[in-house]
Amino acid sequence: MASFWAKEAPATLLVAALLIWVMPMMIGTYTLTVLVIYGMLGFSLGLIWGFGGILCFGQAAFFGLGAYTYAIAAINIGDSTLPMLMAVLVPAVFAALLGAMMFYGRLTDVYLGVITLVVTLILFKFINSTAGPDYVVGKARLGGFNGIPGFQTLNVPGRPDDYILGDPFYYFCAVLLLIVYLLVSWLLKSSFGRMAIGIRENETRVALMGYDVRARKTVLFSIGAAIAGLAGALFANWGEIVTPNLFSLGQSAEIIIWCIVGGLGTRVGPIVGAAGLGYLKFLLGQQSMVDNTLLTGIILVLFVLFLPKGLVPAVVSLWRISFGQRRRIHKHGARRIRSGSMGNG
Amino acid sequence: MDLVFVIIVEMFYAVAALVLISAGLAVVFGMMKIINLAHGEFMMMGGYATITAVKLGANVFIAMLIIAPLVVGLIGLVVERLVIRHLYGRLVDTMLATWGLSLFFIGLATMIFGNTTTGISTPISGFTVGNYQVNGYNFFIILVAILLLGLMYAVLKGTRLGLIARGAMQLPDMAAALGYSPERIYMATFFCGSALSGLAGAILAPLVGLVPTSGGAYIAKAFITVIAGGPSLITGLMVSSGLFGFISQIFTFAVSPVIGEVALLLAAVVLLRLLPQGVTGKFFRGRM
Repeated sequence: MASFWAKEAPATLLVAALLIWVMPMMIGTYTLTVLVIYGMLGFSLGLIWGFGGILCFGQAAFFGLGAYTYAIAAINIGDSTLPMLMAVLVPAVFAALLGAMMFYGRLTDVYLGVITLVVTLILFKFINSTAGPDYVVGKARLGGFNGIPGFQTLNVPGRPDDYILGDPFYYFCAVLLLIVYLLVSWLLKSSFGRMAIGIRENETRVALMGYDVRARKTVLFSIGAAIAGLAGALFANWGEIVTPNLFSLGQSAEIIIWCIVGGLGTRVGPIVGAAGLGYLKFLLGQQSMVDNTLLTGIILVLFVLFLPKGLVPAVVSLWRISFGQRRRIHKHGARRIRSGSMGNG
Repeated sequence: MDLVFVIIVEMFYAVAALVLISAGLAVVFGMMKIINLAHGEFMMMGGYATITAVKLGANVFIAMLIIAPLVVGLIGLVVERLVIRHLYGRLVDTMLATWGLSLFFIGLATMIFGNTTTGISTPISGFTVGNYQVNGYNFFIILVAILLLGLMYAVLKGTRLGLIARGAMQLPDMAAALGYSPERIYMATFFCGSALSGLAGAILAPLVGLVPTSGGAYIAKAFITVIAGGPSLITGLMVSSGLFGFISQIFTFAVSPVIGEVALLLAAVVLLRLLPQGVTGKFFRGRM
């Protein structure tokens, strides 16, 4: 623990500060902001899937829930501070309830996938059908497939007229991502985090050792949802509109692809995957020769077939082979995480 | 009285549609323990195959019942050879790879057919019962679903092929030891599953406007029907289709179609929560 704050945290801070400073020179801050937000969203699934072994097909549900909570609360309150907090809390509580229902029912892999998928679909279908004037929360109309435009965007706490826009908003998002990253790193170093990894590796053994697996999984799931909710609120601020598409299956698929491409079981991987693929999509969006979805699909298939561990672990092991001193290579690979519990239980 | 008749027909139609939607996925999942998330896109391609064939002058029933299953079955065969056979026994990896395939096919269809709605008219006209209009095509769908279930039962139970397939499903090693290559059985199974998906897509195509993303509407329903159905292929399919079709139609009539869909999904969540170990325990019995 001590070595984390003494060694790893300063190093992370240094690298992050450098990146936050250098990146705007290469990519415009408007695009960069959304890449940072995607990074945070990818990170949220990377945490629960890569370190908790919980494959959630509905991470987009929490993302969308965060965005909608922010939008509705911002319209009703008119200041952004409280809505930001609510956008983190509401998905966290929702995920805690959903997680408790699933984990205390001892649902695993496929069933978990089905239920999270189904819950996302329910939210999507429900929000999509709320176009009528009867669907109102306080002063905010839900707006169905049109979404909710025109809510109060981020402002300096207590001063609703001082908006945080453009470059300051980019720095705000980047610093938030850094804080989340450090907090999660610290969490993973704590006994809770190590137990989460233990559950991923062998759930039965951890349970037999007397730890409450169900509660730990629920808490981890809820933390992941809170991060996704935060990303959702930031996304709402960035786009200045929220639409039901945030809940869509396509969005969920994208988050999963980011994690796989970046590398499961690493902290940086999902962030790199999200930002990298987000930028790729942005570049591809400027041409119309090849369909974007088609390329995303090909990337996913190729990664599953040929590089199932993802980019970051591949680069790390390549680095070790070429330059590193011969250290013991960590045995837990992405494949193990994804299909480990199938073989055991 | 007329309303009761209409509701009963609609109920049977909903169940039959669920059977059709899920049959292909159920075959692939039941026999190979693979979840094909590109199932919806296979259906979408079945629809496009039908529409293209009809536009080229083929009889609509031949297009639906023969051309579409063949085309999609062949596409499935290619997919199995290129991608899926490398991933047997890795359930989650197959799910992810087939999700990638689903995106790939959506993109491909968008490039070929464009992002516009196409469709054909229903080949069977409707008729009136009292004050209500009944779609005659619904009866055709019910008929096809019944024939399909009967055919699946007959093949699995009555033929030597079905025997081999069931054997390979229970104990692949033993089937291999007896000289039947599981690889070829899996290949044939995937072909059949894809062909069934194509058939379902073709038959449902006249009822919906077809867009490249149409598959997404089916996959979740098929997925939950198959998972909730559990280990035995035909019984599971019938029971869960019956249950979900019934629930969604009741809420559709009582409230609205959207609430009907939501009720179906909620019923699935509750069902899986109530029968987690029970279904799981049955689920992998053939494998373990």
